[in-house]
Amino acid sequence: MSIYVDIEKRLGGFFLKAEFEAGDEVVSLLGASGCGKSMTLKCIAGIERPDRGRIVADGVTLFDSEKGISLPPQKRHTGLLFQNYALFPNMTVRQNLAAGARRERDRSSREARIGQILERFGLTELAGHYPAQLSGGQQQRTALARILLSSPRVLLLDEPFSALDSHLRFQMEREVREMIRQFGKTVILVSHDRDEVYRMSDKIAVMDGGRIEAFGSRDAVFENPQTRSGAALTGCKNLSPIRALGGNRIYALDWKVELTAAGPADDCTYAGIRMHDVAYGPGENEIWCQVAEVVENPFSYTVMLRPAEAPDAACLGWELEKAEWERVRAQTLLVHLPAKAVMPLRDGDESGGGGAAAG
Amino acid sequence: MDWYPLWNSLRIAGISTFLIFFIGIFAAYYVAKAPRLVKGILDVILTLPLVLPPTVVGYLLLRVLGPKRIVGAWFLSMFGMRLTMTWWSAIFATTVVIFPLMYRTARGAFESFDETLAYSAQSIGLSDTYIFWRVRMPYCRQGILAGTVLAFARALGEYGATSMIAGYTPGRTATISTTVYQLWRTNDDGLAFRWVMINMAISFVVLLAVNMLEKNTAKKNTVKKNAVRKSTIRKNTVKENTVRPDPEEKDPPAGRKM
Repeated sequence: MSIYVDIEKRLGGFFLKAEFEAGDEVVSLLGASGCGKSMTLKCIAGIERPDRGRIVADGVTLFDSEKGISLPPQKRHTGLLFQNYALFPNMTVRQNLAAGARRERDRSSREARIGQILERFGLTELAGHYPAQLSGGQQQRTALARILLSSPRVLLLDEPFSALDSHLRFQMEREVREMIRQFGKTVILVSHDRDEVYRMSDKIAVMDGGRIEAFGSRDAVFENPQTRSGAALTGCKNLSPIRALGGNRIYALDWKVELTAAGPADDCTYAGIRMHDVAYGPGENEIWCQVAEVVENPFSYTVMLRPAEAPDAACLGWELEKAEWERVRAQTLLVHLPAKAVMPLRDGDESGGGGAAAG
Repeated sequence: MDWYPLWNSLRIAGISTFLIFFIGIFAAYYVAKAPRLVKGILDVILTLPLVLPPTVVGYLLLRVLGPKRIVGAWFLSMFGMRLTMTWWSAIFATTVVIFPLMYRTARGAFESFDETLAYSAQSIGLSDTYIFWRVRMPYCRQGILAGTVLAFARALGEYGATSMIAGYTPGRTATISTTVYQLWRTNDDGLAFRWVMINMAISFVVLLAVNMLEKNTAKKNTVKKNAVRKSTIRKNTVKENTVRPDPEEKDPPAGRKM
């Protein structure tokens, strides 16, 4: 395994407990701000010191509280990229890269590597520029080049694209994916953007309140996020507290309907269904609904549906293509929620307990 | 006209500013990193000379450095030199008085330093010494420079503590400020006025320099703020409603089973 992390750290009232391992692949830590994902990254890089645990990267123990090992950040070889890129403002692009290459002792091979990487990242023309003179994308390339020159064992990317405009972001994502492919070792990406995480990752760890709530392959986590916050972070906008009725049967308290869920829901307190999984016409879990609101998106509509028999119920969002909505448009219509799309969810805060809704 | 006071003032201010440049930065760097409580206490102690009357500073210095006092007596017996009433005695006074100016401006500069620069520098293998001199200091350059200039200006104008510890001996310990007082006392108004004008001219230039440095810093900071835009998770992806209704009341109505 190329990265093994098992750490605990208390910070005031906040308790971070993270455990995961991965090979030479991209692992994403997905979570809202303040969930502990950046703190985890800082613990791996050696900027923060965990209270307890072990971190092994590329076969080298970086931290082991039992053996009293805690390598200084300089000896960890963890390439850490911040969202503001942290380029040294008083140095030119070339000087920034030279600072990254100082681990290389031999002067001529250092110069050669700097020349190569300038070429590879399209920075040769900009070598004499200062960071403030560069665009966001150029700054990011410079920061990545500087990190690669420092021969890292693992790459740590902290919200790498969030300072970029959306059109640049897509371009940089492609470049970074290509760079990761050539790098060939473990990459840990921290992000709150599910689309970015989905496009970049092999594995995903969903974090909330300092804990990893779900960890697994990308597809497994998106198909079954397991917890309410996991569902919310992977983009599920229809969430309702439920009462388990035994087996796969649940009662959704927000929508005031009884439903069949994808799996046993006995220890679950929430259910979620993605907006595009709501289906038109009769079928499993069918509900007659009133259209409460229609929101137009660039390429789709989001139709807010209120169960017809419960005028005081909360709305259920349904996302569908423009053409399809034009075809089925009505004030009252029948939709169904395919059982395999109704995800029973635990509430992360209650560690799997039935809580108030047990019954 | 005897130019000795100008030369003496400049060398006292120059030497004490040079010393305080390192002492102030050193203190500022460690206090900026200290835990909150330690920081609060140290900060009060280190800033004290700024608010104490110079006569109090002078008195305290004499208590320590006077020929019959602990440090002064030891120095006299070891090296046969008095620590008071020489031209360089004034350096003690100015150093203590200008320390808070350097310390506070440098600390402000260090606190505005973007620590992510230091973190990424560490992670690419740069030593802490390299980071301090090649990354942190250049980043805080303007604040530190402003503090140095301000400290120099204050050192040049020091009167109270200086007159107590170095006295006024023409051609030996006289500085601009002690000379002005002496000339005014002896009714030599014309010469006193000349020295006043010289002092005003120096201070004017120095403060102008500080202002220009601060303006540059302000410009630099606005550029930096615009460059980084933090986007946060969209609120609407997380449902806030965690209150669960009473199960008795919200039983599924009959005939709604699917």
